[in-house]
Amino acid sequence: MNFLAYLPLGLAGLLGLSLAAGAADTPMYAHGLLLFGFAVAGVFWVISRDGDMGGPAVVREGGINYNDAIIRAGVVASTFWGVVGFTVGLVIALQLAFPVLNFDLPWTNFGRLRPLHTSAVIFAFGGNVLMMTSFHVVQRTCQARLAGGWAPWFVFWGHQLFLLMAATGYVTGVTQSKEYAEPEWYVDLWLTVVWVVYLLVFLGTLWRRKEPHIYVANWFYLAFIVTIAMLHIVNNLAVPVDLTSSKSYSLFSGVQDALTQWWYGHNAVGFFLTAGFLGIMYYYVPKQAERPVYSYRLSIVHFWSLIFLYIWAGPHHLHYTALPDWAQTLGMTFSIMLWMPSWGGMINGLMTLSGAWDKLRTDPILRLLAISVAFYGMSTFEGPLMSIKAVNGLSHYTDWTIGHVHSGALGWVGMVSFGAIYFLAPRMWARERLYSLRLVSVHFWLATVGIVLYAAAMWVSGIMQGLMWRAYDALGFLEYSFAETVEAMHPFYVIRALGGVLYVLGGLVMAWNVYKTARGDLRDERPYETSSAAPAAAPAE
Amino acid sequence: MSERHTDDFTGVETTGHEWDGIRELDNPLPRWWQWIFWACVVWSIGYWIVYPAWPLVSGYTKGMFGYSSRGEVAKEIAKAETGMEGQLEQIRQASLEQIRTNANLREFALAGGRSAFAVNCSQCHGSGAQGFKGYPNLNDDEWIWGGTIDAIAYTITHGIRNTEDEDARQSDMPAFGRDGILEKAQINDVAEYVLSMSGQSSDASAAARGKPLFTDNCAACHGENGGGSHEFGAPALNNDLWLYGGDKATIVETISKSRRGVMPAWGKHLDDATVKQLAIYVHSLGGGK
Repeated sequence: MNFLAYLPLGLAGLLGLSLAAGAADTPMYAHGLLLFGFAVAGVFWVISRDGDMGGPAVVREGGINYNDAIIRAGVVASTFWGVVGFTVGLVIALQLAFPVLNFDLPWTNFGRLRPLHTSAVIFAFGGNVLMMTSFHVVQRTCQARLAGGWAPWFVFWGHQLFLLMAATGYVTGVTQSKEYAEPEWYVDLWLTVVWVVYLLVFLGTLWRRKEPHIYVANWFYLAFIVTIAMLHIVNNLAVPVDLTSSKSYSLFSGVQDALTQWWYGHNAVGFFLTAGFLGIMYYYVPKQAERPVYSYRLSIVHFWSLIFLYIWAGPHHLHYTALPDWAQTLGMTFSIMLWMPSWGGMINGLMTLSGAWDKLRTDPILRLLAISVAFYGMSTFEGPLMSIKAVNGLSHYTDWTIGHVHSGALGWVGMVSFGAIYFLAPRMWARERLYSLRLVSVHFWLATVGIVLYAAAMWVSGIMQGLMWRAYDALGFLEYSFAETVEAMHPFYVIRALGGVLYVLGGLVMAWNVYKTARGDLRDERPYETSSAAPAAAPAE
Repeated sequence: MSERHTDDFTGVETTGHEWDGIRELDNPLPRWWQWIFWACVVWSIGYWIVYPAWPLVSGYTKGMFGYSSRGEVAKEIAKAETGMEGQLEQIRQASLEQIRTNANLREFALAGGRSAFAVNCSQCHGSGAQGFKGYPNLNDDEWIWGGTIDAIAYTITHGIRNTEDEDARQSDMPAFGRDGILEKAQINDVAEYVLSMSGQSSDASAAARGKPLFTDNCAACHGENGGGSHEFGAPALNNDLWLYGGDKATIVETISKSRRGVMPAWGKHLDDATVKQLAIYVHSLGGGK
């Protein structure tokens, strides 16, 4: 099995060396060396493991030798990138409130840090959470070990290399200037390789399943993996200036480029941050609530209607632009029709809690999962609303969009991920329980108040901004200059940054809790009393 | 493994599937969910009939009313323009002085000028026309190129030291230090003299040495007493209003390296009526002569 790992690693190492040797620019040189280093480290790592690809923390008798080591790595990576991504977000929020924090340096200016933030939270935090949970869920619901020997590890580490190349590229100015698709052509090709292996690992594991049916969470994961592959490849079609240059030019131009970009951009939200995370919801909510999923039929109908309708909705990002009117109409109407299919997930998530609502009081992990579904419902109502042209005429280009994105990102994606991480940490390290449930509750409140401050500030500032832009005086002249609208938003930028501080603090509390859990520590704290059980004796203070 | 259970809490049967302990209830689709979904579909189909919607082999379905978003904008702009057209036409015909003295036109021009100033001028001169270093304050009665309404209109139309308009206001102060016209010590003396001229504390003996130097090198434009000259765009030096700063170091820097502020020729970018409104507005700000 090991030689199957050496050959591609050797080839990757050679490729890295030759790229570095012939590099036309410094970033390409550095990234070539990075690839070489990755391959060398990989070879040493495979040798040192001597065929041990990782097993569960505890093999139960007659149990399956699940690959849990990769889940543990996923918990660490998700937590790490989460804290990094939130912190960079806080930095750029502060830069918007206090521009002096750009420091007049190219590497630290808002224009370069903003893609660092979005990629860190979406692809580094979100991506690691999706890989971690999909690898966990597919093994558990198929009763089968992850397929492909070393391949899952290649997916994990290959993804980290992609993130490292993307991030170092951004701060040194390597970008193809496509939102959420900023990495340049060679980084995109690397991700394509990683992603195809990811798909094969996932399919291979499904193939090995011992259950006759494929669980709904896996449909969502599969839709996410397949669609992201398609979106990624099409939107990133580009011609490099030279095979040794980090610069490329897109195959598309003008309004075709814009439409391809937003077909990609919107479906990155739809299939990465919605479909993928619904997969998380469909496993961890019923597990944590210990309740059956509310409706099998609803899960089928909302799955197929969601993925069929979502793929059309991208043009609503280009209302009132050079995009033809008919395309704008389709983008808008398909977004409206998408409302109920999106809500199908919310209904199935929340109704699964029926019979377990009392647990919200005593189980902060379930509380995280429940509020994430509530934020999901709110964002997927707001999205179709904002796609209506009349509403979009006010909301577009304003902070309202930023508020919308973050109520979804912080509320839905963030909270459901935290729930999954807290679910996995004690189980994957075979600990009796989390280090501290009380700290989960602290995290819950920090994050929730943070989101409320963030979203409320952006809604107010966004609507104010939109109204100021379109304000005319009695004689028909524009009421405000652009600079005046910027000035008016300053207080809300400060409030938003304050919300960000709370959210980052929550992330740090989680990192501490996960670290202590992995070490096997148990915090001496008052346990939550369940209504059914007699009050447990409180530990001595 | 395909065994249907009945859920104790809800009394609903499960589908019989089970994965890692997760079962699924056999609940039907919620009624309200279906109704809203179909309502959205029906609404969308209606919208497709009314508005441009589906691409065809050549062209696309145009909808019932031939709507186009460009057409809508054109209509709105036309409506806004016809609403103003009467007054704009009067502004075009009238002289600046006539506009200034006609209450209706003046009110209209001030509103339009304020708006155009916010969009085009505030970036350099500030939202309140208070100016910044190198960009004059327009609220005071100190004018470099003249504060009459016609002088202001000329400055706005042609700009200052730009390359896009050959009638732009031109003046070129020598860089006395860089070009080697004066020695360092001499520049220091002239600076001391300028300090004394503007009523700031200065080294009396240095200022005395600087006085003849000023007369020889500076007075031609700035005037013997530093009163400045609108003709040459030479700022007055005998007051405490400064374009770049009145401290010693800044004055030395100005004398040594000169200054060459530039302003665009707005006549090339804005229509005639807007330039007139801007002139009325800027003239009204405080120090119009």
